[in-house]
Amino acid sequence: MNSPKLLSDSQLKTILEVIPQTFPFRFIDELLELDEHHAKGVYRFKNDEYFYQGHFKNNPITPGVILTETMAQIGLISLGIYLESLKTSLEEVKKKAILFTRAEVEFVKVVLPGDRVIVEGKLIHFRLGNIKSNVEMRNENGELLCSGILTGQCVKA
Amino acid sequence: MAETNKTDKTSIQAKVLEVIRPYVKDETVLSSLTGQTDIIKDLKINSARFVDILLDIEDAFEIAIDDSSAAKIITVEDAINVISDKLALKNEGAK
Repeated sequence: MNSPKLLSDSQLKTILEVIPQTFPFRFIDELLELDEHHAKGVYRFKNDEYFYQGHFKNNPITPGVILTETMAQIGLISLGIYLESLKTSLEEVKKKAILFTRAEVEFVKVVLPGDRVIVEGKLIHFRLGNIKSNVEMRNENGELLCSGILTGQCVKA
Repeated sequence: MAETNKTDKTSIQAKVLEVIRPYVKDETVLSSLTGQTDIIKDLKINSARFVDILLDIEDAFEIAIDDSSAAKIITVEDAINVISDKLALKNEGAK
């Protein structure tokens, strides 16, 4: 194994563009770090995200499923796209999708509208298009918000 | 590592069955399991879980299964053949 090289800013932008999720279901603003073993990125929950209308009325709290999705997009999908592109190419990866297959997560602190979260995923395995990572979400003070072990499978879109 | 000179396929199958068991939701299909049983179709295991089974097999037998060997595994018998090949290689290497 070669020692992992962090991607340059322009390479990070390229990966970010390949992540298929879009508004209103995109929960990644920026990738900060990416190599063969980990991915780190940030997202700020906007005050007017659609789910705050009902979760909960007059008391907006970011739903756990959205936090899970945010952890997956940053800490699993971006890593999976990068690793799959190393095996084939970015053009090939664009024809595929990584589907969520499993999650075991724990929520520690509530995340409110306007909060900026930092997510880091560490690779557990990448085999036969199956990616599993250990993901943590923290706030800007470094406090743990939620964490989990997530798994996805790369399939032809 | 000298104890498995001639790898016994029956004992491999028994061990494979133990690895697969926790992943099978319908226990009754396990009782009718044969070498020809298709791991994904007959045991109704999704392809993502198949990778988990593969990793568990690697741990249980202390072998590494490369992707091209993994691609050959469709039935239980295929799994046993790949495992016994890898065990034979490992034992050769240990001499």
